[in-house]
Amino acid sequence: MLDEIRGAFYIAKKDLKEYYFKPPTISWGIAFPLVFALAFLLRGWEKDWLAPGLLTLSLFFGSTSMSAASIVFERRMESFERLLLFPISYLGVAFGKALSSFFFGLLSSTATVAIIWLFLSISPHDMMLLMLCIVGSALQFSSMGILLSFAVKDPAQAMTIFNSIRFPMIFLSNIIIPVSKLPHYLAWVSLAIPLTYSVEAVRYALIGSYDIVPPQISIPVTFISFLAFLYLAEIMIKRTIP
Amino acid sequence: MDAIVVKNLTKYYDGFLAVDHISFSVKWGELFGFLGPNGAGKTTTVRMLCGLTRISEGDAYVAGYSPLRELKLVKKVIGLVPDVSNLYPELTCWENLIFAGEMYGIKKEELVNRAYELLKLFDLMDKKDSKFKQLSKGQKRKLTMAAALVHKPKILFLDEPTIGLDVRSRRAVWSMIRELNENGLTIFLTTHNIHEAFNLCERIMVINKGKIIAAGSPTELKRRFSGSEVLEVSFTGEISIEEISQIPGVIKASRSGGSFKLVVSDPISVIEELVGKARSRRISLNYVNLRGADAEEVFLKIIGEEHA
Repeated sequence: MLDEIRGAFYIAKKDLKEYYFKPPTISWGIAFPLVFALAFLLRGWEKDWLAPGLLTLSLFFGSTSMSAASIVFERRMESFERLLLFPISYLGVAFGKALSSFFFGLLSSTATVAIIWLFLSISPHDMMLLMLCIVGSALQFSSMGILLSFAVKDPAQAMTIFNSIRFPMIFLSNIIIPVSKLPHYLAWVSLAIPLTYSVEAVRYALIGSYDIVPPQISIPVTFISFLAFLYLAEIMIKRTIP
Repeated sequence: MDAIVVKNLTKYYDGFLAVDHISFSVKWGELFGFLGPNGAGKTTTVRMLCGLTRISEGDAYVAGYSPLRELKLVKKVIGLVPDVSNLYPELTCWENLIFAGEMYGIKKEELVNRAYELLKLFDLMDKKDSKFKQLSKGQKRKLTMAAALVHKPKILFLDEPTIGLDVRSRRAVWSMIRELNENGLTIFLTTHNIHEAFNLCERIMVINKGKIIAAGSPTELKRRFSGSEVLEVSFTGEISIEEISQIPGVIKASRSGGSFKLVVSDPISVIEELVGKARSRRISLNYVNLRGADAEEVFLKIIGEEHA
């Protein structure tokens, strides 16, 4: 068990060194959430509604972009197979990949946190809970990114496929439009999107209120979905073996 | 138990039979060549032994462990150099080696010493801090080999180790392979290059269309499949081409200047006959050159015979 965790940590360390400066990581992981945040700020959105969404969004894009860079690039260069040759389980490999995305997600969200702090003057409702929500959300998104990157067959199309999944999520997951104001059938779709739970969890920790999902549900869902995505990613890795 | 034991190993890809119930074994310390044309099933076999491809039927033992049931143990004792130099391009040579060692759980101090040792062995010390992507093809190949050796594996799998390399880099890699084997490492080398197999390996197994079609030492294979050899002779006196053509074992004879060029099936008995004829005329042979069949001709013959 300890060997598996150690191996996952080394994979994460290697990924951070290798992919930190890759264009998709920089443009979609850091620049896009920042530009998005600034655009909303300039249009004068209500800060209490906007801040949790922006923070979750930066975590979302930071974490998933890193997975796209690390797995899609490695599969194209045939270096992903190197990981399968090491004496570590496929779950360990998936966890290592998720960890690097997790760390990068945390790092990329610091810029958004700084904006929230400086420009929106919001002090968190519960700092410890906020940290827990950030960790849970980053884990959830990173493992989701790992899973999505196995759905990409042509690396050249990676970002198109990723964004075709990510953008609809933004509009349906409480970041811009409250779920409570969505038509009934779309609200159900929203509840099926993991991002909704992260936004709700971060919203509660940041401003002390939520839209429709209470923190007793939203916070555990982020961690449970992390484990579920990780398990599914392990299955996807197994399926790469012909 | 031998280093590698393969029993009825079989691989189907969506109904296509890529490896067809093959069985063989490789001894400890052997430099074993697995030779075959492209698409013969060489890489699939190696990948099954290393756990990168599922085994459809049969079983194998690598260092005593089954890839089907004890894959983690197999991975601990093998090193694989795939046909593509697939280390991490943005990491330096040093970082690539350290990462590989960390994944095998080697302690830091030991790993640092090992990484230095490998960089020296592969003549890459001056490239220690260069990124992998900045290396030449030959250097990339060497570093990929070094990374496969960082945990001191018992068995090294080399899949087409010199593919795409120039003559100089190829020779450097060959000498490295010989040195590793001389130091006791068991090496399983797959190649489509007959010269590589004949130059390096003690024993060669030829695979085509997923089946083992020949096996033996390079000399044995040459002897068995060459069929004919070329003998060039000249005498100190006169002897007719007609007389030479009648010697049993001479398939074809031609004259070029003062010497004869003979295609022979049994060179030893032909030479004995030639010496006898020369003595009876009180002349002697003043030049004899026996040229074996070309390695490529042997390879084509093996493959061709299987086709027939």
